[in-house]
Amino acid sequence: MIKSLKVLHHPLADSENQLEVLENSLGSIHPTFNEKLELSGMYPLHAFGIDILQLNLGKMCNQTCKHCHVDAGPDRKEMMSRSMMQLCLDVLKNSDIDVVDLTGGAPELNPDFRWLVEQIKKLGKHVMVRCNLTIILANKRFHDLPEFFKQHQVEVVSSLPGFTQDRTDRQRGDGVFEDSIKALQMLNLVGYGQEGSGLVLNLVYNPAGAFLPPSQAALEKEYKKELASRYGIVFNQLFAITNMPISRYLDYLLSSGNYSRYMDKLIAAFNPASVQNLMCRNTLSVGWDGYLYDCDFNQMLDLKVSTLNSQHISDFDFENLKNRNIVVKQHCFGCTAGDGSSCGGSLTI
Amino acid sequence: MENHYYKASDLGKFGNIAEYQKELADKFFSYYGEVFKDSHLTAKEKSLIALAVAHAVQCPYCIDAYSSDAFEKGYSEAQMMEAVHVASAIKGGAVLVHGVQMMNKVKEIGM
Repeated sequence: MIKSLKVLHHPLADSENQLEVLENSLGSIHPTFNEKLELSGMYPLHAFGIDILQLNLGKMCNQTCKHCHVDAGPDRKEMMSRSMMQLCLDVLKNSDIDVVDLTGGAPELNPDFRWLVEQIKKLGKHVMVRCNLTIILANKRFHDLPEFFKQHQVEVVSSLPGFTQDRTDRQRGDGVFEDSIKALQMLNLVGYGQEGSGLVLNLVYNPAGAFLPPSQAALEKEYKKELASRYGIVFNQLFAITNMPISRYLDYLLSSGNYSRYMDKLIAAFNPASVQNLMCRNTLSVGWDGYLYDCDFNQMLDLKVSTLNSQHISDFDFENLKNRNIVVKQHCFGCTAGDGSSCGGSLTI
Repeated sequence: MENHYYKASDLGKFGNIAEYQKELADKFFSYYGEVFKDSHLTAKEKSLIALAVAHAVQCPYCIDAYSSDAFEKGYSEAQMMEAVHVASAIKGGAVLVHGVQMMNKVKEIGM
């Protein structure tokens, strides 16, 4: 089993070191993200509301994917407590935020995961869960997750970086593809991804290597054809996501000698049209310990929101946060390259 | 100046050919872009064809570009190598089929 950078005491486990690499390693020939925004007339970048509250329920995961920006794995113990969840629920109760996006690690590993979903649904909010699929088969106690998701009309978003075993296992670990296929079939069986069921199953593609994703539309068409013909699997949408040059993916880029080339690609592919729809503009990310961030990536780099008097869920101030200036650094090029990238896939098509 | 005919960084300068003849370069790049769009063949299929042709014409820039492009578009290593074998078979076949010409000539002049 691959260990997390944190447990290995790897220098890149420290967000300061990651930022140092991102800010200083490319020399002066590369523009900063802020300079690119300025040239496009979009500096400073600010939020235009909070439509989605993304909760990171913890860093524990049953997988140790090579590209993971969270540095998640079985050896990570950080976990959102029920009392922190309650603070999030209080915020949701008193706001118009309609969508709650649950992520991790594997969010289902949090012992209060099901309780939290039930409480959010009681508030009449829509719940999305970023399910890694294999968790459903990881232990008997998770086998009924498809039924649980169905019961609470949870939208399921799951990673599958390829419709072949080779690509998937290379990135996510041996055996992940086979279990992912079984889990998708279990989700299909209860109605997920089936036309007219209202049960949404979206898949996420991200490149298994140092390159940008191809066209989302073409990929979705191919995934639908191949997964249906090979395994009888159906799903709703495919989201193509760019790998963010932080944490374990940054380690991979550096150790494989691909870092400079990858950053060149990201920067050269900067697309101003993607900036309008960046997820940080209508999403607020909450860490397992309650701190607030513009996105899950900033969370992993410990770049808290710019609103100094409202940086924790216990100090949540909607008026202050809704138009906040977004904290940007060089990793932000990962969200603006090509067609753009977000947890919902491409931003410009 | 480095004493090499080929430099990897020159691939990124391909567009600079317009500096000496813009009109023709613009026409070429416009045509090139159209050729590789999804149409009766998908952009993915065209990428694999380009990879095979790149090997046949032995263009290091093209091999660089389409090895990346084909892999990024989802082809496996085995599929890409099979495409190279197709190029090899056609090139090899092109040599060998001329053996018939050689045979014809030998039969013509021999007793």
